[in-house]
Amino acid sequence: MYGLCAAAGLLTVLVLGEVIYQVAKGASPSISEFGLSFVFHTRWAPNFNMFGALAAIYGTIVSSFIAIAISAPLGIAIGLYMSLMAPPRVRTVVGPLVEMLAAIPSVIVGFWGVVVLAPFIAHHVEPFLHNVFGFIPLFGPPQTTGLSIFTAGVGLTVMVLPIVAALSRDLFLTVPQDLKDGAAALGATRWEIIRGVVLPTTVSGVAAATVLGLGRALGEAIAVTQMMGDGSGIHVNLFLPGNSLSSRIASEFPSPESKLHIPSLFYLALILLVIGLATSLLARMIASRFDVEKRLAR
Amino acid sequence: MTTRSEAMPGGASLPDPTAPLSPTGNLRRRVAISRLVDAAAMGAALIAVALLVGVAFTVLKRGISAISVDFLTSNQAEGGIANALLGTIEIVAIGALLAMPTGILTGIYLTEFAGPRSRSARALKLVLDLLQGLPTIIVGVVVFGLLVVPMQRETGFAGAVAYAIVMLPMIARASQEVLLLVPGSLREAADALGVDRWRSVLTVILPAAMGGIVTGAILAIARAAGETAPLLICNSIYNPTTVGLDPFQGVPSIPMYIFTTYDLPTETALTRAWGAALVLLTIILIANVGARVVLARSRAKMGI
Repeated sequence: MYGLCAAAGLLTVLVLGEVIYQVAKGASPSISEFGLSFVFHTRWAPNFNMFGALAAIYGTIVSSFIAIAISAPLGIAIGLYMSLMAPPRVRTVVGPLVEMLAAIPSVIVGFWGVVVLAPFIAHHVEPFLHNVFGFIPLFGPPQTTGLSIFTAGVGLTVMVLPIVAALSRDLFLTVPQDLKDGAAALGATRWEIIRGVVLPTTVSGVAAATVLGLGRALGEAIAVTQMMGDGSGIHVNLFLPGNSLSSRIASEFPSPESKLHIPSLFYLALILLVIGLATSLLARMIASRFDVEKRLAR
Repeated sequence: MTTRSEAMPGGASLPDPTAPLSPTGNLRRRVAISRLVDAAAMGAALIAVALLVGVAFTVLKRGISAISVDFLTSNQAEGGIANALLGTIEIVAIGALLAMPTGILTGIYLTEFAGPRSRSARALKLVLDLLQGLPTIIVGVVVFGLLVVPMQRETGFAGAVAYAIVMLPMIARASQEVLLLVPGSLREAADALGVDRWRSVLTVILPAAMGGIVTGAILAIARAAGETAPLLICNSIYNPTTVGLDPFQGVPSIPMYIFTTYDLPTETALTRAWGAALVLLTIILIANVGARVVLARSRAKMGI
């Protein structure tokens, strides 16, 4: 029994090793051809044998940050509501509902994003932002389809929000009742208890939860492929179509156009893998440094 | 009425103890801010619930007209999704068969055999965290290199292996957590009776934790069932008219069906894609609710 369990554990470790090995192996032709300059080149033209990852890296990072900018405050507020404010009966209903949001398959989120979210954003949100904040180049003239980096970021919220909300709720539940009672006895209102006691004791965990949500957004492929609209190049205007590391892999992997195409897509996967592992490690580091690892162990 | 600010500094007049306790200007503002934050937090929760309801309602509204007995029982070539549905079930089942033993045994190893602070346990937890954070598209690319390239073709089996890698960390984590909830007194009682550790695991600890482990496994399987990215890489080439489900050929699946149908220009194709989405979402949500019911029951049994 011990041997069997240890073997299973070892197999799990081997899976991770195999992941890193396969990605590195698949990327090696492209690495030896382009080297590190691959990361800093913008142009991606498989039929001319030109491969640069920068535009995809840009799309990945910008869309993920839009998603996290929306979901972090919302998710933390939901966590507060579910842990401190809602009556118990509401908690038992809202909690599972929010977690179920995470269960919606990304292909359905993307489908919904294209059919429902994108037209709404194209006709209402983007023109509004363009009219009000048009002097900032980020909010340029919108496109008619609504498929854009901005739409992808908003759509990703559906997937990131439940992660941040569930993790921060669990964190807020671990704040000792004594601390909250003490603040209440001093006459603090609920908001003062939250600001003075709950948030300071959990700030590192909340940061870790946000980073984990960010990791989910960075890696999402299918929904982003559907909502981002397959643009090329780097544009300051958020309302133009773009491409992300994972969406480029998803959309081009099935139909390679030249010999170095697949290895270059593996190279993109390698970059994504490095970013993904780094965010996981960062979340762990933030969490364990302040010894809230156990609370985050879900 | 004497207010506090007048009474305190001079000490000339004490506050009237019979005065009603109504907030002064400052407190009124603080209470108002607190109420405002309460309302904002509730609003945030409402947004999340509205998102879920919104997506589910859209899928239901647009998909319901596609649902019929024919749609569920005929092949893709005849305008149905029967082979995609069976294919998804097959891929998920093979994936679960691969991931469940490994995941559950890894969980048992972490709680029952490795010391909680031991180096191996900490390393293994790190690996599980990293695996859990892995983008699923990368899992697809890895299995492509591992299985599709050597076998020279995309297969349902490759898709199943990718699903297994997606499920594995979730199942291991969930098992570990449930096993940690099993009261230590049960282990000690078994130890005191001189029962071997493997025997107490099989006859005492696992039965106590079974409900939770099953819940974790169902949630992991439900999560994997909707994954599209690995299938797109490892199992996207299949004959849509195929009826046979040989796992060593390309196998049709619901997520791939949605992904390849949703942007076709015809109205019927779009309706069918919504119909397939409705079927998939229904299965996944039912599995989620079911898993929670199992969990609530087993918790009640364990008295937690």
